[in-house]
Amino acid sequence: MSTIARAAEIGYLSCRVCGLVCERANAEGRGCPRCGTELRQRKPASIARAWALLTAGLIFYVPANVLPVMHTQALGDTNGGEDSTIMSGVIEFWQNGSWDIATLIFIASIVIPSTKFIILGLLLIVSRAGGGARLTRDIRLYRLLEIIGYWSMLDVLVVGLVTAVVQFRGVSEAEPRVGILFFGLVVVLTMLATLSFDPRLLWDRRKRA
Amino acid sequence: MPENADIPAPAEPVIKKTRGRISIIWFVPIISALVALTLVVRHLSSEGPTLHVFFQTAEGLEAGKTEVKFKDVPIGTVSSIVVSDDLTHVIVAIGLKRSAQAFARENTRFWVVRPRIGASGISGIGTLLSGAYIEADPGKSDQEQTEFTGLEVPPPITSESHGSQFTLYSRDLASLDLGSPVYYRRLRVGEVVSYELDKNGQGVTIGIFVNTPNDRLVTPSSRFWNASGIDFSVGADGLKVNTQSLASIAAGGVAFVTPSWAPNGQVPATAGSRFELLKDEKSALERPSGDPLYVWMQFDRSLRGLSINAPVEFVGVEIGRVVSVTVDYDAVTAHFPISVGAVVYPERIGHLFQGEKTADPDELARRFGDLMSKMVAHGLRAQARSGSLITGQLYIAIDFVPHARRLAFDGTKRPLQIPTAPGTLDDLQAQLSSIATKIDNIPFESLGVRLDKGLGELDTALDRFNTKLLPESEQTLAEARKVFGAATDALSADSPLQSDVRQTLDELNRSARSLRALTDYLSRHPESLLRGVPPDPSPEVQKPAPPTDTSKPKP
Repeated sequence: MSTIARAAEIGYLSCRVCGLVCERANAEGRGCPRCGTELRQRKPASIARAWALLTAGLIFYVPANVLPVMHTQALGDTNGGEDSTIMSGVIEFWQNGSWDIATLIFIASIVIPSTKFIILGLLLIVSRAGGGARLTRDIRLYRLLEIIGYWSMLDVLVVGLVTAVVQFRGVSEAEPRVGILFFGLVVVLTMLATLSFDPRLLWDRRKRA
Repeated sequence: MPENADIPAPAEPVIKKTRGRISIIWFVPIISALVALTLVVRHLSSEGPTLHVFFQTAEGLEAGKTEVKFKDVPIGTVSSIVVSDDLTHVIVAIGLKRSAQAFARENTRFWVVRPRIGASGISGIGTLLSGAYIEADPGKSDQEQTEFTGLEVPPPITSESHGSQFTLYSRDLASLDLGSPVYYRRLRVGEVVSYELDKNGQGVTIGIFVNTPNDRLVTPSSRFWNASGIDFSVGADGLKVNTQSLASIAAGGVAFVTPSWAPNGQVPATAGSRFELLKDEKSALERPSGDPLYVWMQFDRSLRGLSINAPVEFVGVEIGRVVSVTVDYDAVTAHFPISVGAVVYPERIGHLFQGEKTADPDELARRFGDLMSKMVAHGLRAQARSGSLITGQLYIAIDFVPHARRLAFDGTKRPLQIPTAPGTLDDLQAQLSSIATKIDNIPFESLGVRLDKGLGELDTALDRFNTKLLPESEQTLAEARKVFGAATDALSADSPLQSDVRQTLDELNRSARSLRALTDYLSRHPESLLRGVPPDPSPEVQKPAPPTDTSKPKP
């Protein structure tokens, strides 16, 4: 559809860091003459890496939600305190009337990761299948993926803050639990997956279609 | 384009390279999957069986939160609480930990630990703040079981406690309760763990638990008694206050001891043995009394102060107790004698009846009757005596009475009637009354009148004495004083009498001297009596003088 020639079609590639356009024939696999970055036409094995990292993230997302992320103990709580998972924390906040905080945590730790999985998964499928019919939509989704990625660590941040601040021995205590580690891993893995994905793949095969 | 044809050629190796890297990058999800799998496996392996426990109420229990503990170690969590279909109880589902699988056994007991105040103290205070939890006590059976009926009260004996259980039977529970202590020589060695009314309602069966190693102190001859509270007893032997320990005052308790005289006192009793729970320490420490024998007596006096259970003493030894005091009516004499029924234990009288345990009661009664008929002939009588003058309690004394009237006694009658005699108190009363009669007979009135008269006479006599005798005596005394005064005057140094006397004495002196001269002369010249004095006595007289003179000039 597009009449504009692509760099790959006319034998050029650009450095992904500094954007220097080189001749593909003698540039492939070598360092960029300007910044030294390895020059590649496309990110190598982009889709496979993205899939792998995404899958790993998805797997870790399960223990991140099932295992407790935080342990709190209040005065007189001799039952050994209370372990809260992400969802139980949200419910507790909601029941205590802090619906705003509950919503925030819910969005940060449930909605955003899920959205990331769905969007990235969708984009990967689309690019493998030779690009979807709606390129504009896919590009927008990719932009969204990059934006929400920043906010994924909110939950980890909350736990870190609370455990640092609430430390009154015997009266009130909060400790992180293993669940938050998995949650952090999920965030890191999904970010890496997003990084591995080369958005140019979205339109690479369009021409042939 | 020719360039286009060139591109696939170099592109081909690039794709190969990426294919080679696929396997490496896929390690990441594989590792993550492995980690996740380990977690799942670990979780599953820590998950034990799910138990269902029935409770009357779910008070204080919370699904997902309430823990199940054993020795304060969490072994599981309550996963859900539902009401049973018939709405009579709640079903608490407990997710046990894998390590606590041993609790899914028959005989495992579950109870809710809540704050409790009982006979053995206050427990579960910690749950005031933390909320209730379920305590488990593992069963020892090998049979697996997942449905249990929870206990409403904590069991007194858990699998941790070692000891033996014994059964006591008693007429009533007294002040015992679950957890009431069991004492041995005032040392707490166990506690009451159960009690229930007998099926026929005639008694109470009490279960006690005695801890190791003290359970071996329970022997087949052990005597148990109720050491509950303060035992106040006012009997013929005075006021008695008895208590085991301060705690038992409030909580009640059971005490036991093996009497020193007991046979096989060293052999521990088998667990579950039955014992009688006796009323008090005294009855527990008594020797076994053998078979009782019912006797009765008839008294003609008021038996106020004779209570049921008053002792019956035989020459000072307690051999039984009073069981009934009733008033009869004797139509012949038209008065009300008092019948006293008593139970006596002939075995306590001595070896005469001991060793006859195997003998049947009739034989025992016959022997006792024979003994009694012999003794009654020798003056054995029953008397109601006062045991304590303060409390006025009476007891029955069977004793020999001096000068007892002979009477007919039938030793074969059943029940045996023991003849009575007025007691010591009766004698005392009789004496007192005779004294009273004598006092009564004294004619106090005439005595009074006479006394009055006598006193009047005394009065007049005194009057006379005062008016007549007294002034005269005064006069006499005055005169006497005068006489004495004259006498004093006469005897004073300057009185004429004194000088006269002195003169007289001088004269007398002089005359005595002349008399001596005369006698001297006479002794020298006795003839002068006849011839008289010679005419010139003077030269005679002077004559002796010269020698004195001559002697004088010599010196």
